[in-house]
Amino acid sequence: MSDHSTSVFAQIARASEDPILGVTVAYNKDSDPSKLNLGVGAYRTEEGKPLVLNVVRQAEQKLVNDPARVKEYLPIVGLADFNKCSAKLIFGADSPAIQENRVATVQCLSGTGSLRVGGEFLAKHYYEKTVYIPSPTWGNHPKIFTLAGLSVKTYRYYDPATRGLDFQGLLEDLGNAPMGAIVLLHACAHNPTGVDPTLDQWDQIRKLMRSKGLLPFFDSAYQGFASGSLDADAQSVRMFVADGGECFAAQSYAKNMGLYAERVGALSIVCKTADVASRVESQLKLVIRPMYSNPPLHGASIVATILKDSNLYNEWTVELKAMADRIISMRKQLLEALQARGTPGDWTHIIKQIGMFTFTGLNAEQVAFMRREYHIYMTSDGRISMAGLSSKTVSHLADAMHAAVTGVA
Amino acid sequence: MAIRTAITRRITSSSSSSILFNSRSMSSWWGNVQPAPKDPILGVTEAFLADPSPDKVNVGVGAYRDDNGKPVVLDCVREAERRVAGNLNMEYLPMGGSNKMVEETLKLAYGEDSDLIKDKRIAAIQALSGTGACRIFADFQKRFSPDSQIYIPAPTWSNHHNIWRDANVPQRTFHYYHPESKGLDFASLMDDVKNAPNGSFFLLHACAHNPTGVDPTVEQWKEISYQFKVKGHFAFFDMAYQGFASGDPERDAKSIRIFLEDGHLIGCSQSYAKNMGLYGQRVGCLSLVCEDEKQAVAVKSQLQQLARPMYSNPPVHGALIVSTILGDPDLKQLWLKEVKGMADRIIGMRTSLRENIEKLGSPLSWEHITNQIGMFCYSGMTPEQVDRLTKEFHIYMTRNGRISMAGVTSGNVEYLAKAIHEVTKAA
Repeated sequence: MSDHSTSVFAQIARASEDPILGVTVAYNKDSDPSKLNLGVGAYRTEEGKPLVLNVVRQAEQKLVNDPARVKEYLPIVGLADFNKCSAKLIFGADSPAIQENRVATVQCLSGTGSLRVGGEFLAKHYYEKTVYIPSPTWGNHPKIFTLAGLSVKTYRYYDPATRGLDFQGLLEDLGNAPMGAIVLLHACAHNPTGVDPTLDQWDQIRKLMRSKGLLPFFDSAYQGFASGSLDADAQSVRMFVADGGECFAAQSYAKNMGLYAERVGALSIVCKTADVASRVESQLKLVIRPMYSNPPLHGASIVATILKDSNLYNEWTVELKAMADRIISMRKQLLEALQARGTPGDWTHIIKQIGMFTFTGLNAEQVAFMRREYHIYMTSDGRISMAGLSSKTVSHLADAMHAAVTGVA
Repeated sequence: MAIRTAITRRITSSSSSSILFNSRSMSSWWGNVQPAPKDPILGVTEAFLADPSPDKVNVGVGAYRDDNGKPVVLDCVREAERRVAGNLNMEYLPMGGSNKMVEETLKLAYGEDSDLIKDKRIAAIQALSGTGACRIFADFQKRFSPDSQIYIPAPTWSNHHNIWRDANVPQRTFHYYHPESKGLDFASLMDDVKNAPNGSFFLLHACAHNPTGVDPTVEQWKEISYQFKVKGHFAFFDMAYQGFASGDPERDAKSIRIFLEDGHLIGCSQSYAKNMGLYGQRVGCLSLVCEDEKQAVAVKSQLQQLARPMYSNPPVHGALIVSTILGDPDLKQLWLKEVKGMADRIIGMRTSLRENIEKLGSPLSWEHITNQIGMFCYSGMTPEQVDRLTKEFHIYMTRNGRISMAGVTSGNVEYLAKAIHEVTKAA
């Protein structure tokens, strides 16, 4: 008789903590009152509190108070209104690709889910199985694409010397990529560096990619959050669509609508023709069905309610700009605080970088030092979430950075 | 690689002006993508919605309808939603989901006083309903038992095949349904269990088998469990209908409890889609029983590693509804009452459908309608007969003859009986 009480999984080792989400786990365990969480990219108010947007609360009330609402399964591709509105948001309402019905859009589980579904589609239907991701990038990108069945290579992106873009390195590496390779591009507010190409640089990237038939896969997690303008933050994507070529775009509403936990996002594939888009959509369903059958209802309903109502939409743009402005203000304050302390080094990258994160340039030892001595939590690559700062806590952070830079190699 | 050559030719032919290359001249990357076949289950509702006939009946997808044929949001759910709306922030759940919701959910499957829960021996994460729980398990199985296959009952919910296929786990079927008796092929099932290599992985429906509605008896479950012990097999239970089958969640979990009593270290997928009517919220749970707490911690951490590159962390709204209901004794009582109400209506419709067909003088036996349990009736009709039902009577069901009893109402049961009699009387 076999021993059925021995687990078939007895040999399993405990996985290490997720490098990003693990920061919050550690932060929560810390009992020091001055602790500061600059780890995960979730927006905080000046009071250090999470924020639910007013438009979201209003949309939620509308939904709750509507007795006709039911909880039936969404179609596999998700909520139709949500998909239409999302495509318009990223590509522009007047986008010819939309008007020509060339865009296949499916609701997915936030940015992660959109990337994963797109990746699995590519692994099944595309002839090139390599995706080039920028170095560095969001820690979850390589895992998503690997599990989707693609192989991952990197292209140069961040220049530690300038704390800006290594544009020549980027062009060289993409220039050396095989024909048709997939290239992951951060639409704006690059995570973790906050370093974005200029519009002119984007155009050069576009031309290079089109000349080599490289397939653009945009990750748009911060539209509206970077500059405060939804349209400005979508320029890179729209430039690629305007030249008539094909591309992928993953959208997330986690940050710009504060819907983090509801897992709301969309994957759009811009195709050459409407017929191709229709076939592509049908195949996307076959990827989604064995993963989770159909996407969650609540978050998408909130988004659709807001995007379809011009008053709510306008209110949203105002709240979004306020979040972006507060972050820009924190950047200024942090720079001023470091300059006031005479902290050695050039810290102007803090205001040159854009979006939720600053790639400080601090090394792992300095990061660990700041955690131990100052109870400041960030990822070990030196990335800080500006959204986690407030006017009250800026000086604590500046003190810690000063001590780390002057005291720790 | 014809495509690559064709594209290369196109690009190099215009490379003289490569900087000003106009990508409009390139063809689509996706020109060779075939239109995918419609999902056999979800495609039925699509077709139903497109039908303009006033007589149309949808007994396709397994979503509960009240006696007016309308979708239902349970009172306990509306109340829970009122309580949670506007009160809580939207911060990311942990990768493993809502701990509170998972705790309550484990109690349902494993028992309120389960020692396994007390001893923290269960690795569990919130999952995207039953589909998501099965998929994460399939991915986990692939990663940590890479040489294993999965034995799936014949027939089963069609998406089970897709799930384990996309996880790259080879699959085989085991005998389950006995077409002649429209019941369980127990002898062949046991043969398959005995003949499978020791330590094989089996997918079992805990109750209310989908699509057949045929469940083993308690005695049969005990025999299956015993044989699993002999062979050292791994049992993965898909429990999508707890409470919905008999009306009593404890009774519906009997198969699982039998295996637990026998000391099996099972896996389990749970869904709140049907029994709480939370279909579109995608709320469920994946759990794996481990030898001890340390192992459970390790296994849970690995489950999270699979969730992170799929969706990072699960959606909060449905989980809040579940934990609000199950965490409040009054709401929980209300829920139990409402679940029983749904199950009772379905049992009533089974009786009514059978009586109506028999009244019409059908030459065939229809006792399987009331013998089978849960949301579905495996009618025994052929795909051709189903096609006739759709074409001539605007009745929509999956082509395997599966009728969703939840779509049957006192208003349409006679019409349905008449149509079924019409297409089967000459059989």
